[in-house]
Amino acid sequence: MHDPIRNGLAAGWKHIDAATLLKGQTVEADVVIVGTGAGGGVTADLLSDAGLRVVLVEEGPLRSSTDFKMREADAYPELYQESAARKTADKAINILQGRCVGGSTTVNWTSSFRTPPAVFEFWQRQFGLRQLSVESMSSWFAVMEHKLWVRPWETPPNPNNKVLLTGAEKLGIPTGAIKRNVKGCWNLGYCGMGCPTNAKQSMLLTTIPAALNRGATLYTRLRAERLRFTGGRVSALDCVALQADGIHPAGKRVQLRARHFVIAGGAIGSPALLMRSGVPDPHRLLGKRTFLHPVVISSALMPGRVDAYAGAPQTIYSDHFLHQAPIDGPLGFKLETPPLHPVLYSTTLQGFGEAHVELMREFTRVNVLLALLRDGFHPESRGGQVRLGSDGLPVLDYPLGDVIWEAARRALLAMAEIQFAAGAQWVTPVHETAPGYSTWAEARKGIAELPLQPFLCRVVSAHVMGGCGMADAPQRGVVDHRGRHFWLDNLSVHDGSIFPTSLGANPQLSIYALVARSASLLAAELSGRPRPLIP
Amino acid sequence: MMFSRRQFIKTGLAGSLLLSLCGWLNAAGARRLSAGEREMLTALCGALLAGALPGDTEERRRLLALTVDGIATEISGLSLASQKEIGELFGLLVLAPGRLVLAGVSKPWREATVGEVSGFLQSWRSSRLALLQGAYGALHDLTFGAWYARPDTWEAIAYPGPPRGYF
Repeated sequence: MHDPIRNGLAAGWKHIDAATLLKGQTVEADVVIVGTGAGGGVTADLLSDAGLRVVLVEEGPLRSSTDFKMREADAYPELYQESAARKTADKAINILQGRCVGGSTTVNWTSSFRTPPAVFEFWQRQFGLRQLSVESMSSWFAVMEHKLWVRPWETPPNPNNKVLLTGAEKLGIPTGAIKRNVKGCWNLGYCGMGCPTNAKQSMLLTTIPAALNRGATLYTRLRAERLRFTGGRVSALDCVALQADGIHPAGKRVQLRARHFVIAGGAIGSPALLMRSGVPDPHRLLGKRTFLHPVVISSALMPGRVDAYAGAPQTIYSDHFLHQAPIDGPLGFKLETPPLHPVLYSTTLQGFGEAHVELMREFTRVNVLLALLRDGFHPESRGGQVRLGSDGLPVLDYPLGDVIWEAARRALLAMAEIQFAAGAQWVTPVHETAPGYSTWAEARKGIAELPLQPFLCRVVSAHVMGGCGMADAPQRGVVDHRGRHFWLDNLSVHDGSIFPTSLGANPQLSIYALVARSASLLAAELSGRPRPLIP
Repeated sequence: MMFSRRQFIKTGLAGSLLLSLCGWLNAAGARRLSAGEREMLTALCGALLAGALPGDTEERRRLLALTVDGIATEISGLSLASQKEIGELFGLLVLAPGRLVLAGVSKPWREATVGEVSGFLQSWRSSRLALLQGAYGALHDLTFGAWYARPDTWEAIAYPGPPRGYF
């Protein structure tokens, strides 16, 4: 298999693995970008294209198709935050988040949705973001969809997605087909472990190679520690090199100086960096309103093989339950399926001993549906809060309150009904006391009475958003509609942390498009070139 | 023992104190699993993986040892803060008072039966203390993660493994 990353390195890309540094460094650039995921990647591409000298800082390693062996034992420790076991402070929510060059785009399941119109309307109404609308953003979406090969997926859904499709159809619940950012996809089903065939058009394969080809410098295993600022301007970023394990500091420091600093460390990392740096936050907004799309899960036993590990992982969705109430009413939810692999499934599944073994024996017949709860719109859904632990690293508190559990119950009911309608023989919510149900009638009664509490009901997340929210004024947000920080002139935030709410849709394409806009405006300003033609 | 186990668990403060003590004992930071920790984890794995493990044979001991090795590897991939918390939990469980009072297991780990260990796991799983529920979750995830990460466990669940031969 051709490996464009190894080829690029051989051709002389400037990549510095900070774990190998023999002494500290001080480096000058036009722009320093912290993070190489959806936000950092797009920013690096557009700024380097404007002729700016760019330095990228990534805490994780540089890995590519040669390394992607489709094995969970390798992929999770190498490519994910905390070996894919990142958790909220109380341990009640498990968070999947990438930590490698390309960030979560290297390990996501390729689902691509534009920001829903109702979300833009809510942001306009509540946060004064009048510049951002379906109309004004449509060209930015089109540009990024074209660039990243976001296209309808023509291959029939795998049996796992087919359960959602047929069950919903039987019940008259509308579904849709998910667009994917892939080019020549082999339909293997191992997107979450890094694409072994270079089909996924992640940042790792698109924007970052483009920036490196233009002479950008990429540091890996380098942790952004603190921004230095004086008089309303950031002057430098202090970084610490990590050892090859990506965990222990290596004792070397790197200082990066630049005209402008872009923070794109994700919705946990970005607010934490700004907090550690002590940037002005007079309205105490930093790290607040962090959203997760809390996910609840329903597992079904189907009559025949499902083999949910094989085939494109997410191809069918339903937004039906996002539209049953006003956006700020009882929480709506989006239905999708996850891929199942032995570690991911066995660790998520409730119980232990014989009961667990019995469920695992049926692994190839299991269908799983998941519901992403749309947090951040209901007045009582204020999300979580990032704070700093004693070691200065981020900790996320996310209280699971009544509005979440009310929606979780509706979601578990909806998923069970769909699974039975698709022919499931047995359905269980992923919940420690759910006995499992053989009919929809039993499930309806059982789930209605299920105690929904942290730890009893499994809650996971793969979408961390907010914490540096956008708004029209510093009383309501950390950054403006372009991601510019309200208090420090040459500081921008370009990632999912700028969302003032969650989205009710997988976030990658929203980040790509918003950041394409912000980065284009920034590129024009810094390079003196004309502003982009689209607004 | 001054308190009954139930009273003790209800006393969150005392639990925190014991945890702090173990934190202090583990202040040296990340390190290899001690013999005591391996014994404790072997007992826990024996209960968590009951039904997946073969009966009392050499093969069972080999698989348990591999799983405990796997847990050690998993822990080394966590953040230092998480490693410290896990160290505190393990430190608590290997000490006889912690084992007796919080886990309710009266015998040393190597002598505890699968039934006794399962009873302890179940009590943490259904505890009203988030600390213990979270600790159960960590033990659950580490153990099943270590077990099903290994290709030799896949045949039992009819998982063929990743596609081969294309690359």
